[in-house]
Amino acid sequence: MTQELLQYLFSGITNGAIYAVIAIGFSMLYSSTELINFAHGEFVMLGALSLVTLWGGFGLPLPMAFILSVFGVALTGLVFERLAIRTVRKPDHIVLIIITVGASIFLRGVSMLIWGKDAYSLPAFTDHPPLDLIGARLLPQSIWIVFIALVCAILLHLFFKKTLTGKAMEATAISKKAAWLTGIPSEKMILLAFFFSTGMGAVAGIIIAPITMVSYDMGTMLGLKGFCAAMLGGLGSLWGSILGGLLLGILESFGVGIFSSSLKDAIAFLVLLLILYVRPGGIIMAKDVKRF
Amino acid sequence: MRYRYYFKNSMLILLLLTAVVFVFSSKALAADTYKIGGIFSVTGPASFLGDPEKKSMELAIEQINAAGGIDGRMLEGIIYDTEGDPQRAVQGITRLINRDNVIAIVGPSLTPTSLAVLPFAERAQVPLISCAAGIAITEPVKKWIFKTAQSDVLAVASVYQHMKDNGIQKIGILTVSNAFGESGRDQLLKQAEEFGIEIVQADSFGDKDTDMTAQLTRIRRNEPEAIICWGTNPGPAVVAKNVQQLGITIPLYQSHGVASPRFIDLAGDAAEGIFLPTGKILVADLLPDTDVQKSFLLDYIQAYESKFNQPVSGFGGYAYDAMMMLKEALPGTNGDKEKLRDNLENIQGLIGVSGVFNFSPTDHNGLGPDAFVMVRIENGTWKLVE
Repeated sequence: MTQELLQYLFSGITNGAIYAVIAIGFSMLYSSTELINFAHGEFVMLGALSLVTLWGGFGLPLPMAFILSVFGVALTGLVFERLAIRTVRKPDHIVLIIITVGASIFLRGVSMLIWGKDAYSLPAFTDHPPLDLIGARLLPQSIWIVFIALVCAILLHLFFKKTLTGKAMEATAISKKAAWLTGIPSEKMILLAFFFSTGMGAVAGIIIAPITMVSYDMGTMLGLKGFCAAMLGGLGSLWGSILGGLLLGILESFGVGIFSSSLKDAIAFLVLLLILYVRPGGIIMAKDVKRF
Repeated sequence: MRYRYYFKNSMLILLLLTAVVFVFSSKALAADTYKIGGIFSVTGPASFLGDPEKKSMELAIEQINAAGGIDGRMLEGIIYDTEGDPQRAVQGITRLINRDNVIAIVGPSLTPTSLAVLPFAERAQVPLISCAAGIAITEPVKKWIFKTAQSDVLAVASVYQHMKDNGIQKIGILTVSNAFGESGRDQLLKQAEEFGIEIVQADSFGDKDTDMTAQLTRIRRNEPEAIICWGTNPGPAVVAKNVQQLGITIPLYQSHGVASPRFIDLAGDAAEGIFLPTGKILVADLLPDTDVQKSFLLDYIQAYESKFNQPVSGFGGYAYDAMMMLKEALPGTNGDKEKLRDNLENIQGLIGVSGVFNFSPTDHNGLGPDAFVMVRIENGTWKLVE
């Protein structure tokens, strides 16, 4: 029994770490712009498919393909902000959210034309047999996923707390006008937030690519799960997103293991509802950030 | 005022004249060809079915006409695209029946589009040969409806027969939660008892899920002797990978839904040793020479590949078989749909791509369990299992 529980835990943490990285992307954009980017899942997909082309197709070394994919997708994020978000004449929240939904359909369509409808698969980052821990199998790729997720989180934490640019971004999030009055180029900060957020999406796509199949339509469900994780942990909070992601992943995997696979999503979402009922701001409420 | 009145009248007369000429000319044309309607999902998400079906139908018509047609009359194919959408399928079939006056219809490609158009073919009393797999198309039997694709029933029976022969009695099943998986799951649960097989654990996964280790761990806990995964790409490839990662050594069976080289690409070395049922076309060159379908399959593959310059697909055969049936049933009918239908129902021992067809008033699919063969994936390719 412990062997099975441990296996559920491993599988939950692996999925959870991916949800966490996606949730960070949602949270970061939200805390800087108060915008929920429903096209975020598509940036995850773009990251994964870019890796397929660069690493699998062109045969670039993995670290280079990794960095190029992330930067490529982040640049797409910038273009997206410039063309679709910035140009809106009346930037109401609802209008912007609808635009992101439209962008997600657009990106999916374009990717389908570029990469086709078939799924792709990639090998793990390192070719190592699964580790055996009291009968439960831990994949080396899972360790990679958790490791990369943690590194990203720590880097972002340092960026927001220790650098001037990070603090300027936070200030813009709290009040765009006040930040602008103190001389912070708030437009640039928002652009930067888009860059980081979509870049994080690409990271999620890249680390997940070897454990699952990559296709043009993989983003929607992942985006939704990441959004739930962000809500669960506390939208706008970095560590909340990580906590929310891990919790959602573990809940899903234990839901399958102990109850039933058909109830997997139902159990996870039921817990989400319960937690939001008790703590409407998520487990870790981000301070100083206005909510809808 | 007066001028306009005349103008209007003369236009009307002109229109009527053109219509009369048009009707007569099309009547005259219809007298020397048999018009066959085709309706496939040529584009859209199911184009992997519809596109080869359209090509196979064109191929068959070309071959029949080259051999002198039927009773000296040429065949004329009129093919519409459904884009996989039931509503477009209904539009297409109404046009085929009312405007094009076809004597028989081949398609649609999918179960939902087929089910949508069946009532129209029934009402207009036009024989329709569907290319979709869903069992609901011909069960219960409808007077004017036939189908060529093997249904899940036979695929499940082939898998269970193979298990029975190898002494496997306790199994775990893992199905995808979409129409294909649900239908497979129903058949797996329904037929298990018949083969003396006990399902110790039935689990499912979402078609966009990224990891199935939790389901597999749960299945393993119940100690089955084999696992069956029923789904279409990419989910089953993830299952194959997860099985390998968890170190599960009992046999893994997959469905005919993944019987394409694509699955081997996706699953990589995790595909090794997997059993699955497939139509014979995938393994045509491996079949023993005694197999009745072998030479027919090789001819079809050769003709298809040389005409279209692309590898044959496992799905085009559904439309090709339908045309072979019409070729068998059309002679002597002089285009009478009632006679054509009766002839179709009486077809016996017709060798096709998907199997040997034996129709009867109670069976409008006509295939037996021999339509499927079991294969095993070895060294990245298929191997026939005895």
